[in-house]
Amino acid sequence: MVHLTINGKDIAAAEGVTIFEAAKQNSITIPSLCNLEGIHSVGSCRICVVEVEGAKTLQASCVTPVAEGMVVHTNSKVVRDARKVLYELLLSDHDSDCLFCNRNQHCELQKLGRQLGIYESRFEGERSERRIDSSVAITRDLSKCVLCRRCVTVCNEIQQVGILNPQHRGFKTVIGPSFDLPIGSDACSFCGQCTVVCPVGALKETDSTQAVWDAINDSTKRVVVQVAPAVRVSIGELFGYPAGTRCTGKLASALKELGFDDVFDTDWAADLTIMEEGTEFLGRAKKATSGEGTVLPMITSCSPGWIKYIENHFPKSLEHLSTCKSPHTMMGAVVKSFYAKKIGVDPKDIIVVSVMPCTAKKFEIRRPEMKNGGYPNVDEVITTRELAEMIKSAGIDFASLTDSSFHKPLGLSSGAAAIFGVTGGVMEAALRTVYELVTGHELPYENLHVTPIVGLEQIKEASIKFENTLPEFSFLEGFEVKIAVTNGLAGAKILMSQVEDGTSPYHFIEVMGCPGGCITGGGQPRSKDVDIREKRMKATYEEDESLPFRKSHENPSIIEFYKSFLIEPNGPLSHELLHTVYTKRGLYNELTDEEYIIETPGHAIPKTFDHLSKIRFAEDSGEDYSSQVLELKAKNAKLMDELKDTLETVEVFRRIIVDMHESNR
Amino acid sequence: MKLAETQSNGKEAVLTDFKEIGNIIDTFYVGRRDCLINVLHTAQSIYGYLPAELQRFIAEKLDIPVSEVSGVVSFYSFFSMKKRGLHTIRVCLGTACYVRGGKGLVDHLRKALKIEIGDTTADGLFTFEIARCIGACGLAPAIMIDDNVYQQVTPAKLDSILAEYKEKKGVEKA
Repeated sequence: MVHLTINGKDIAAAEGVTIFEAAKQNSITIPSLCNLEGIHSVGSCRICVVEVEGAKTLQASCVTPVAEGMVVHTNSKVVRDARKVLYELLLSDHDSDCLFCNRNQHCELQKLGRQLGIYESRFEGERSERRIDSSVAITRDLSKCVLCRRCVTVCNEIQQVGILNPQHRGFKTVIGPSFDLPIGSDACSFCGQCTVVCPVGALKETDSTQAVWDAINDSTKRVVVQVAPAVRVSIGELFGYPAGTRCTGKLASALKELGFDDVFDTDWAADLTIMEEGTEFLGRAKKATSGEGTVLPMITSCSPGWIKYIENHFPKSLEHLSTCKSPHTMMGAVVKSFYAKKIGVDPKDIIVVSVMPCTAKKFEIRRPEMKNGGYPNVDEVITTRELAEMIKSAGIDFASLTDSSFHKPLGLSSGAAAIFGVTGGVMEAALRTVYELVTGHELPYENLHVTPIVGLEQIKEASIKFENTLPEFSFLEGFEVKIAVTNGLAGAKILMSQVEDGTSPYHFIEVMGCPGGCITGGGQPRSKDVDIREKRMKATYEEDESLPFRKSHENPSIIEFYKSFLIEPNGPLSHELLHTVYTKRGLYNELTDEEYIIETPGHAIPKTFDHLSKIRFAEDSGEDYSSQVLELKAKNAKLMDELKDTLETVEVFRRIIVDMHESNR
Repeated sequence: MKLAETQSNGKEAVLTDFKEIGNIIDTFYVGRRDCLINVLHTAQSIYGYLPAELQRFIAEKLDIPVSEVSGVVSFYSFFSMKKRGLHTIRVCLGTACYVRGGKGLVDHLRKALKIEIGDTTADGLFTFEIARCIGACGLAPAIMIDDNVYQQVTPAKLDSILAEYKEKKGVEKA
């Protein structure tokens, strides 16, 4: 233990902790901006400076470790004055049009200003670049960035995607993709973790609320909404409930009050996904055991950020992905086919809105593959945060709402679907069904929870042996399924490297793009609670256990749906509506022409870099792909042809001459 | 080694052959993310500049995100993403040169070479830069072309100096 004095108070702190942490443990709050506990401490904003007696200058408390005998002042005049100047300097290059900013009233910079007692900004001068860079999922507003670099840490260290990094120098510094490319043309996975940690309005989901309001107000449209499993365990936080409060019933009521015509549950489609994905896995396993060629491990495909990541980083391995669409796009496809027919409405008059804990889903619905009969499966995606804004904007008092249920027929779901929102959940749900289909017995785990894959570790693994199989699955007798579960793209990178090396020992892998899974997805409420994942995870498993059906194949609505519409899992109709293909993109999107940039009026996309995203150095195959070389090669081939013709002609003439010569003799 | 050349259509051909820097990385810098700046220096000395595709190549070789590589390249003014000319013209804009007509020389060069500061002429002969005092204040206004210092330059004198270099290139070609 180290002994020090903070503001005259004697304090003992563990060795190695920072002044900031030691103060917090003793109920002394030091104002800070860039610091994010457990994730990001670099001392870049300097707001948390404190006076340390004997030190030459003020010290950033978030990066200064405590030392024996240290005397610290966190609130002296010199400290307070310094913080004010620092804050005013931040504001001098910050677009302060707070009234029009979507972070108004929940902006960390605003809150800090109140905390520091700032009522003026004395510094005015040149402003740095004021560009808005919009993609279908994420919008960057450079004029609002305070260069705190939280997003850089999340993108590079936690997700290890490495799209956002500081570019240029000094006043011209911007946080962004390489070569100032628009984020929509780079290899961004759109996971949105940067939007969760951004303290201001510089990184956010691209707004879809306006489009949804327009849909609701259009009387010619039937507007169908669905809500993902992870939204019900987090949205309460935005209405003052403690983290981990389940608000399923209130959520359904709020959506009805907002004016949606049908309020369905993505959980229903999650059960459908399990039927399709489980069957697909059994098909692959059958081929593997019979020696037929197949691709294993099979990897789940529910997380669109993960899908974009594998398409960018591991385009050679797309066959490992399950061909199942994600649950909400399955729901969209079912609504615009089965349900449209049932209610007698033309699919062109149906608008499907998905409420998702995710920013990447905004990208997913714009994929050209996510269409049937010319109509997009899902028309708009709003995040949990956007839905809460809409509820508040409509004047709905969330807390006073009574619980209600989702509409029939696409609203009934099992506990297996409820856990889709947490890491390990999709795998557990799949195993509950697959194991029982194969053996006729329940999964041999207490309360059906596959304990080795429950929890927040980066990579979890387990193996399950099929014994006493039913006759039609006798080929699986004694087969030991090796599974792995990972959350966050850094873990996915590890597992995919094994797959590409040929060293992956697994048969079935679940990947969720965000750390913790959808419960802490890129569209979820921003929280500074370090235990947020545990709390939302606990609520998710409680939701599962509270439901009458715990397994997807026991959901009576799903059983009826197969009987009356799809006939069988993985059948022809399933393939048409519920399965998809993937796109090779490459690290620089050089393998595709698809782009996901949105033009913002008054903010031109820099044309200089039009060609850049398509450029990749030639692979070391001995071939040279530069256009100039290709041109020369073509020219060379043409010349060689001409030369050959000429030589043949010469040969003909030579023969004629020889013949003439001989006949003359 | 192959340098990018201006194609007949005016577009810059893409550098594709990075074997030389690839070999250097394989020999000296395997797994050395910390040596990024050394590698960039070496690459610039080989290819003359650091175009995007070369940065991407280095990023993949060293297993560093390309946004970090481009961050470093755009941070240090020594690194250039633009192709450099055969000769570098630096007009001194230190105080003495500035007051004695350095600014006029900059304007004149802009028109004469039809490029902006930092750019390279279409024929690849000159790169045009600004220097902040080259320590030749007594000779103001001064310019440097490569390692040669020219003193008390006037626009007219500048034209004849440029002509000399153009002629030299013509002779080399012939």
